[in-house]
Amino acid sequence: MAGSNPNAKPMNLTLNVWRQAGRHAEGKIVEYKVKDISPEMSFLEMLDVLNEDLLHAGQDPVAFDHDCREGICGSCDLFINGRSHGPEKGTTTCQLHMRKFSDGDTITIEPWRANAFPVNKDLSVDRSAFDRIIQAGGYVSVNTGGVPDGNDITIPKEIADRAFEAATCIGCGACVAACKNASAMLFVSAKVSQLALLPQGHAERKTRVENMVAQMDKEGFGACSNIGSCAAECPVGISLENIAMLNREFLVAKATSNNLA
Amino acid sequence: MSWITKTLTSSIGRKLIMSVTGLFLCTFLVVHLVGNLQLFKHDGGAAFNAYSHFMGTNPIIRTIEWGLVLGFGFHIYEAFALTRRNKAARGQGYAQWKAEQNSEWTSRNMGILGTIILIFLIVHLYNFFWRARFAGDLPKMGGADVETADYDNLYLAVVSSFQLWWYVLLYVAAQISLGYHLWHGFRSGFQTLGLNHRKYIPVIKYAGYVFSVVVAAGFASMPLYFFLFTNERGEVVSNASSLLQSVASAF
Amino acid sequence: MLLDSKIPEGPLAEKWEKHKFNVKLVNPANKRKYDVIVVGTGLAGSSAAASLAELGYNVKAFTYHDSPRRAHSIAAQGGINAAKNYQNDGDSVFRLFYDTIKGGDYRAREANVYRLAQVSVNIIDQCVAQGVPFAREYGGLLANRSFGGAQVSRTFYARGQTGQQLLLGAYSALSRQVAYGKVKLYTRSEMLDLVMVDGVARGIVTRNVITGEIENHAAHAVVLATGGYGNVFYLSTNAKLCNVTAAWRAHKKGAYFANPCFTQIHPTCIPVSGDYQSKLTLMSESLRNDGRVWVPNTVELAERLRKGEIKVNDIAEADRDYFLERKYPAFGNLVPRDVASRNAKQMCDEGRGVGSTGLAVYLDFAEIIQRIGADGVSQKYGNLFAMYEKITGEDPYKMPMRIYPAVHYTMGGLWVDYNLQTTIPGLYATGECNFSDHGANRLGASALMQGLADGYFVIPYTIGDYLAQTAPKPVDTQHPAFAEAKAGVQARTEQLLAIKGTRTPDQFHKALGHIMWEYCGMARNAEGLRHAKTEIQRLRKEFWSDVRVVGTGEELNQTLEKAGRVADFLELGELMVDDALARNESCGGHFREEYQTPEGEALRDDENFAYVAAWEYQGDNQPEKLNKEDLSFENVKLTQRSYK
Repeated sequence: MAGSNPNAKPMNLTLNVWRQAGRHAEGKIVEYKVKDISPEMSFLEMLDVLNEDLLHAGQDPVAFDHDCREGICGSCDLFINGRSHGPEKGTTTCQLHMRKFSDGDTITIEPWRANAFPVNKDLSVDRSAFDRIIQAGGYVSVNTGGVPDGNDITIPKEIADRAFEAATCIGCGACVAACKNASAMLFVSAKVSQLALLPQGHAERKTRVENMVAQMDKEGFGACSNIGSCAAECPVGISLENIAMLNREFLVAKATSNNLA
Repeated sequence: MSWITKTLTSSIGRKLIMSVTGLFLCTFLVVHLVGNLQLFKHDGGAAFNAYSHFMGTNPIIRTIEWGLVLGFGFHIYEAFALTRRNKAARGQGYAQWKAEQNSEWTSRNMGILGTIILIFLIVHLYNFFWRARFAGDLPKMGGADVETADYDNLYLAVVSSFQLWWYVLLYVAAQISLGYHLWHGFRSGFQTLGLNHRKYIPVIKYAGYVFSVVVAAGFASMPLYFFLFTNERGEVVSNASSLLQSVASAF
Repeated sequence: MLLDSKIPEGPLAEKWEKHKFNVKLVNPANKRKYDVIVVGTGLAGSSAAASLAELGYNVKAFTYHDSPRRAHSIAAQGGINAAKNYQNDGDSVFRLFYDTIKGGDYRAREANVYRLAQVSVNIIDQCVAQGVPFAREYGGLLANRSFGGAQVSRTFYARGQTGQQLLLGAYSALSRQVAYGKVKLYTRSEMLDLVMVDGVARGIVTRNVITGEIENHAAHAVVLATGGYGNVFYLSTNAKLCNVTAAWRAHKKGAYFANPCFTQIHPTCIPVSGDYQSKLTLMSESLRNDGRVWVPNTVELAERLRKGEIKVNDIAEADRDYFLERKYPAFGNLVPRDVASRNAKQMCDEGRGVGSTGLAVYLDFAEIIQRIGADGVSQKYGNLFAMYEKITGEDPYKMPMRIYPAVHYTMGGLWVDYNLQTTIPGLYATGECNFSDHGANRLGASALMQGLADGYFVIPYTIGDYLAQTAPKPVDTQHPAFAEAKAGVQARTEQLLAIKGTRTPDQFHKALGHIMWEYCGMARNAEGLRHAKTEIQRLRKEFWSDVRVVGTGEELNQTLEKAGRVADFLELGELMVDDALARNESCGGHFREEYQTPEGEALRDDENFAYVAAWEYQGDNQPEKLNKEDLSFENVKLTQRSYK
């Protein structure tokens, strides 16, 4: 009996995996076979099996990013069978389990594709563009110490909850990967909305959105065409309402800020 | 660059222009559709020609017309600019891409839909607008009324064009494209302006769906009607069913 | 070397205030002349890097992740404690201090823990100001819940993602300093050695994991905020990349390692489903508030279950043994983590475990589902039930969950004094990386508190004391010690690549994890530990002759990274065993089977073991030297726990 399910039959699968030696190297899809994959395995554990096989055969294992394997760190980022994080809704790659696949399936695994996310190697991409966008203004400028008591700022529960929902973004980049335009609007909007909703963020409300959008454009992400793939593929369910809020914040900031640059 | 050009050439700025021009063009569609309904009046084109004469000569309308030119111009220009930018954002594409599982076809194909509409627009403008305004080769209304005798008989030009099967086909295809374009574009315009509220977005969404169907069906009904049920002068031919005659006479 | 914990004189409640006055300050104009390296960007690292940069120091922050936001602090679910007493239920700094000392089974330093409780209130204020969206009441004030059996509601939370929200807060503060140019951020850079110049910490050697480039970095002081070492067990609730390398290399350069055997086992994790298992997932402790833990009455029934001949719901009520309720009528299913864990293990050892591997017990919600309905249960635990179903494919509304204990947190770590300085001058350790505040067992919702306390409110004061006594001369990497350290790292990398053996780093890691879990896990005994020691030594020898790493050192080579980490775990594992063997008592997370009360509870020996075991490295394959820091308790009375 494999795992909890005594009827779980091991599967044999064909994997089409993107292999690329380094950032400037040519890449291609390479076919691999994996055998005896338990349906109880997570997708990444299936890749672990592949990598152990490759290593025993003296070949270079497939590089991919992962860490917490519980869906919160945002490291894992595989484009599986044409979808960000694979076929299951609201799920990161690490939480996708092989019981969602069937014996004999062919699975295509590619890295996130966006010029702003260059490939490091194989399936690992560089998402530091996201960090630079946050550095452009995704914070409240307070130093450690000298802040008021936590309860001096009252925040209606509804506002706190909405800010929280925007703040749950894990920065994985599935939105960019799924977007036809490789747009980062959902990511940027989540942070802008969180801080625009909360009173703590109001002091820098205008400069924040101006600077973060400017950085987003500089990184070479596409524009939003309100397609909605991003929100549909977001593993933590960041809503399109945030993008509307970003647009609104941007428009108001540009129209009313004192920034002439 | 000044802050204005910087704003308007940013990714969101360009989208704002798309949105504002798009929604403005929606109002144009309404006016155009309502005006064109005069075609169905069964008065030999008198009302339609009077309407088109008014639209072609009234100084206020002629001024607004420039707004329309700008609206179309910016909408099309920004569409190309954004498409280029968006294509450039993903140099290397995916081997497998299943966007149909996470989004609507229309929203991903606004460019194709828009291009079909643009081709139609060029033909349409040439046939009617250009000929009326610049070429001046349209037939005149003639008749007893001295005031209207000199008006272009645009009605006749339109109705006779609608006897050509390929022209009708282009028309209908363009209206279907327009419908799909609006299906996404109407709601999208509000989203880009930041007008997304959980109370109102369902209203906007369904209003958009109704709008796109009504506009597309309204415009498409004209070539179809004249092609199927009338002769080249717009007279209902005898083999049309009586039901459709009564529908037509209701207009 | 004599261990000097540098605890300030005076009454407990005044020590920190007094100490803050007594520490030397660095002139504001001079601060920009000092460089500080912070390794790790989790809660402790990000908060320290941001706060030090705000003060004016030049900070270099390092993480092996692609972004500081990936650190494993992000996975903490429950919440963060603070002695705010917002709920008017009798909480105070002293009560939080007392609970933490008692929860740690009297193996932590009073002064440190008291300071932790004191600054806990500042942490909440700081995080709120940063825009951390804590849960709120309808009136707009901060919400609290009680957690981990505490008798007061002092836990602040952001749904089940408190760690994420706090880390993103610290990450935003760090990002701001990066934008100002006060922090230079090095992502994808793994620290592989510490550089010592004239007996003080002066820099680190890193490997850029993308390019493979080995680099030297110099600074006036180095802060390690590199987390815990739970992954020595291979399977744990830690993230896959968590490792001991930075701390271990510092240890080998002279930093003492304290209480390495103190590991916390969490009772409610999703059990292992097969050999391929790569990590374990924690299910929130709150589930035990309403779930009932049981196994079948007989080995025979358990066997039939394991073979799939019968289903769990076929087992009659009379054939179920609710062993926690039976053994601990007063506390029932809510006994502390270590007690719940050990009892689950005992059931499985008896052959009454369930699941395919026989290493699981049931956590049954049938009773509460019947009482308040599935909807009511969904409102309380909906997200946890959904997560369980996603991982196991089983619906906990229809059948009981299967749970098993898993390694969760390591209380041990680099020995630090009151200033968080290790035994190496200029080398500091913060967060889970140090040993300081949790004694032999950590209370729920205290890890986040400690990480942020160290980073925001302790290290910014105490590091100044050291820097003020260091000349503000520029530091560089010209000293031969840097070249030597770099060469050492290069040689080791080449050595790993040159072995070209037959077993993968993961195979060695799993083998080590198995030894550690069997003999140095939930319950330990002298015989098993001695066996484990020889097993680890054998495995380590095999590793260095038979490990297989392919590729080169000049590229992204995740196998090479893994091999380096496993090599260090193979050394740490032996030290943990030594420590467990030397501590002839049971306390907190350390349960020696020889030392238990007649009822099977942990039996402390305060007479002989009320000390911190600080191990001193003596050279490769040499037994380490045990140094003892005696713990004195002047403000609390030592008592024996009882949950009967």
